[in-house]
Amino acid sequence: MGNNNHRLSGIKKWGFKKSPWVFHLSTGSCNNCDIEILDAVTPRFDLERFGILLVGTPRHADILLVTGVVTVQALPRLLHVYEQAAKPCMVVAIGACACSCGIFDGGYHVVGPVDKIIPVDVYIPGCPPKPEAIISGVVKALAKL
Amino acid sequence: MFAHGAMDFFYFIIFHGFAFTVVAGLLSTWVDRKVSARIQWRVGPPWYQPFADVIKLMGKESIIPEGANRVSFLIAPFLGFTAVILVSTIVWMANIFPGASFVGDLIVVIYLLYLPAIALIVAGSASRNPFGALGASREMNLMLAYEAALLFAVFTVVVKNGGIISLGGILGYQAVHGAMLLQGASCIIAFVVTLLCMPAKLGIVPFDIAEAETELIAGPYTEYSGVTLAIFKLTKAMLLFTLPIFMLTLFAKTVWTPWTILWYALILVFIILVKNVNPRFRIDQALRLFWLPVLGLSLLGIILAAVGL
Ligand code: SF4
Repeated sequence: MGNNNHRLSGIKKWGFKKSPWVFHLSTGSCNNCDIEILDAVTPRFDLERFGILLVGTPRHADILLVTGVVTVQALPRLLHVYEQAAKPCMVVAIGACACSCGIFDGGYHVVGPVDKIIPVDVYIPGCPPKPEAIISGVVKALAKL
Repeated sequence: MFAHGAMDFFYFIIFHGFAFTVVAGLLSTWVDRKVSARIQWRVGPPWYQPFADVIKLMGKESIIPEGANRVSFLIAPFLGFTAVILVSTIVWMANIFPGASFVGDLIVVIYLLYLPAIALIVAGSASRNPFGALGASREMNLMLAYEAALLFAVFTVVVKNGGIISLGGILGYQAVHGAMLLQGASCIIAFVVTLLCMPAKLGIVPFDIAEAETELIAGPYTEYSGVTLAIFKLTKAMLLFTLPIFMLTLFAKTVWTPWTILWYALILVFIILVKNVNPRFRIDQALRLFWLPVLGLSLLGIILAAVGL
């Protein structure tokens, strides 16, 4: 799928850059990437400095953090969540699985990677990526605005 | 109320009721987030963070979920918002021109302060989301819990000052007799009760039972996005400013001294500290807390006021 085109300007762009709320979605990861995301929002890294908040519903999300190969079961859920998110909404694929299916490539249950299903803005490789890598990926996503 | 002309009234709505209160409320929200961050040993967001949040939400898509009741879903945020604007207008007018306040505006303010909670209930029920519906029912329970105690606490002031039910009148009484808070044991008790009820009225921890993000995602806010969510955020922020100022008007003379800013800051920090050192109450625990000790306390206050203490 092609890339998203989020072109914002002026004050809208400023608001979006200063207050990206992230929603975390696992589409069949081994749970390791998810733990690293949770690490990234702990006081040690203090993402609230940049206005990043973890929200509980895709309706409030500006950035979807997707982890995991998309499994057969997760496919409709991923589509559903992506459609529910209020646009403009960026997608960040986190971990080798989400980027390229990683070690699960060719599995009977694998539909992914994520960019086969929904447009992805930033890929963060690693198995799992470090919290620093996740933060830098989100910053790159914002730089694309 | 229109002693200064209808133009002045609209000027008050737009300038004091809306613009000033929005800015002050968003800054208070920032103080809340910053102090919480410092308590958790973090740096915390920059001062413009709440403004950036609202601006961003204004620029986003507002979705009406399929199957939701469109009219109530869209009206709910504005219901609470208008109510808070009116409350802050009335409170500001009473503070700046005590003569402009009308008999019974205390009661109007109390009724208008119900509306943000009712707006949440409408929002949760209209959004056709199980989390929203659960949040709405919890909000309803919570309202039943704290409103009685809060009402008795406010009426302690009325009993104490001999039946004055206009804010301007109460301010005038305090100008002659000194701050209400210093009038005796009953008023101190009433003030403590309002302090206990304030987190529940504002919907922040330990009484954020309705939007408990760990259990209910975002409660009644779950389906809201974009502009409608921004209006809810603004309502909450304005309430965080208006409600303590209303209480200070009742208990501590007037709004326009440097002391009052200190008072307001103290109340804000008290709320933030309570928020940061307490876990969330279960709804039945909150009901028990408000119906037994707190309501008992506020009844004691009104009885003491009636016998003149
Ligand atoms: S990338 Fe590695 S750590 Fe992340 S979900 Fe896949 S296998 Fe697990």
